[in-house]
Amino acid sequence: MAIFADSSTRLIVQGITGQEGQFHTRQCIAYGTNVVAGVTPGKGGQKMDQVQVFNSVLEARQATGANSSMIFVPPPFAAEAILEAADAGIDLIVCITEGIPVMDMLRVKNYLATTDSRLIGPNCPGIITPGACKIGIMPASIHQSGGPFGVVSRSGTLTYEVVHQLSQEGFGQTTCVGIGGDPVNGTGFIDCLEAFEADADTKAVVLVGEIGGSAEEEAAAWIKENMSKPVVGFIAGLTAPPGRRMGHAGAIVSGGSGTAAAKIEAMEAAGINVCRDLGTLGRLCKEVYE
Amino acid sequence: MKIHEYQAKELFRAYDIAVPAGVLCETPEAIDQAVEQLGLPLAVKAQVHAGGRGKGGGVRVARTLEDARDAAAAIIGMKLVTLQTGAQGTTVHKVLAEEGVSIKNELYLSFIVNRDDASVTIMASQDGGMDIEEVAAASPERIVKVAINPLLGIQGYHVRHVVLGLQLEPAVAKKCGAMLRNLYRLFTSRDCSLLEINPLIVTEEDDLIALDAKIDIDSNALYRQKDIAAMRDPLEEDPHELEAAKYDLNYIKLDGTIGNMVNGAGLAMATMDIIKQAGAEPANFLDVGGGADAEKVENGFRIILSDPNVKGILINIFGGILRCDVLAQGVVQAAQTIGLGVPVVVRMEGTNVEEGRRILAESGLDLINAVTLSDAAEKVAGISGR
Repeated sequence: MAIFADSSTRLIVQGITGQEGQFHTRQCIAYGTNVVAGVTPGKGGQKMDQVQVFNSVLEARQATGANSSMIFVPPPFAAEAILEAADAGIDLIVCITEGIPVMDMLRVKNYLATTDSRLIGPNCPGIITPGACKIGIMPASIHQSGGPFGVVSRSGTLTYEVVHQLSQEGFGQTTCVGIGGDPVNGTGFIDCLEAFEADADTKAVVLVGEIGGSAEEEAAAWIKENMSKPVVGFIAGLTAPPGRRMGHAGAIVSGGSGTAAAKIEAMEAAGINVCRDLGTLGRLCKEVYE
Repeated sequence: MKIHEYQAKELFRAYDIAVPAGVLCETPEAIDQAVEQLGLPLAVKAQVHAGGRGKGGGVRVARTLEDARDAAAAIIGMKLVTLQTGAQGTTVHKVLAEEGVSIKNELYLSFIVNRDDASVTIMASQDGGMDIEEVAAASPERIVKVAINPLLGIQGYHVRHVVLGLQLEPAVAKKCGAMLRNLYRLFTSRDCSLLEINPLIVTEEDDLIALDAKIDIDSNALYRQKDIAAMRDPLEEDPHELEAAKYDLNYIKLDGTIGNMVNGAGLAMATMDIIKQAGAEPANFLDVGGGADAEKVENGFRIILSDPNVKGILINIFGGILRCDVLAQGVVQAAQTIGLGVPVVVRMEGTNVEEGRRILAESGLDLINAVTLSDAAEKVAGISGR
């Protein structure tokens, strides 16, 4: 079992003919992901390795029965690529692209709310169900299949660190979701927590947050009310100065809100096991699980 | 990206939002011309990106030509210290001279991108001229908030909600409606992430004028806002950060002594936190990004080392797209071309880590290797104590 992506995933790649699109499509195929088509407007009829390229998402879906999409389209066109996928009836849209204007994402988010499509990202590493399906840019080798941990995170490499420590301790992962570092994104912490709570194979969850916004506080409140499985939390950015964007567009402490300290406090108040020292996260997970 | 008040007001004018007549002065001598054009009294306002200028002495009202000259001479070149600049302050390079206006009432108005509900949210208050965070803390009922779905755009009921909340007289209310629509158009079409008018004033003649103007622009949208991108003022930015931006490195200078270089923003923040836990303070935030090459790593080193406070460096790379062997080559290259005058702790994990460690080991460089993050923290504590 897993959440959002598994062996039934039939993936298309939007922007498959670009450098990054090609590289990561090959990595995903090598991992075993069922990549059924690519989309690049104007390059329909070509092939990227063995993968058929189409001019539009709709064409690709009709020809292949695709249910998921991974997007590597450059920022000026990425919001439109998400809308195109949603309008073509794609269930799961994973947008890797970093640097989409927030005004575009405001419109995308409000439009997606009227459809059945799920968006993960943008500005994210993607989603992986180890042993079954990788949709994204994360290094495959650090993951271990079979659970018991589900992982959800706003970050990329920080998630790899967390997953690596879990695997080192002998713990596999059911699914790892990078929800992205932008202020306005698709799937949030609570969506993932809800799915992990309902997933029989997931026995515990690691939630990795960072400064900015209030998503972690809301997740903590949800966990307190609804979650029966143990949660280990980590928040990056205790030393981040206020008013500065720390790399991610969404990682900013403004007007005293969005601080790491406030998030940690809210999480501890909700009964979450917050890790204060990233180096010991794997060990803490072991203690909590056992 | 932040822009100056005078630049924000240029945008206001382009969208028919009333602002006082003003003249930008880049030298104290230019004030004479401004007085001739605008008359007296006038306001002389420091143009810096930091807020809280008034309290720091960066805004003065001049009633005579002498006053105006004194104000311009005093403010241009001054080190302005406000709550937002830190103790070291910021140097003022230009002032905006503005005509005096008769104030009947001061209001607060702002537009923000609200990440929680994916709306454009208007905030308005009758308590203009004050710090809005103080108003929010002391009397939240005096702030009216209206969320606008960007797919719908601003509607009549949004406007009425704001106008009612501000308790405006009918003559002013009508003008406020037009202003709100123009501001919404400016905010959404020019990719603002924040637009704040504090104070927005009602004049004795019942006109609405934006006495102050603050706009932040979404950096991700600068590719389609080229005229605004050209408003960037390098004098307002840290020279190290400007240099880093040239190499597409995400660097923020901080006050500590342990430099650090990391791939990925989240891991970079977590690495800063680890330095703090080791009893030291981070000298910077530096995300070299996923696609870094040896040259980028070398430039990262150069920028970290250009900060004289740096007493040691922690490199923490989780190899994914950026492979550990590429990083190792960059470190070796940097050490050979610029020399590493301070101890360097290297912690690598992930793609091609064995090859990376071999390159470092065979380089003959005096590097301190760390395997886990806890190990890295201990070794940082070691070098910061030296």
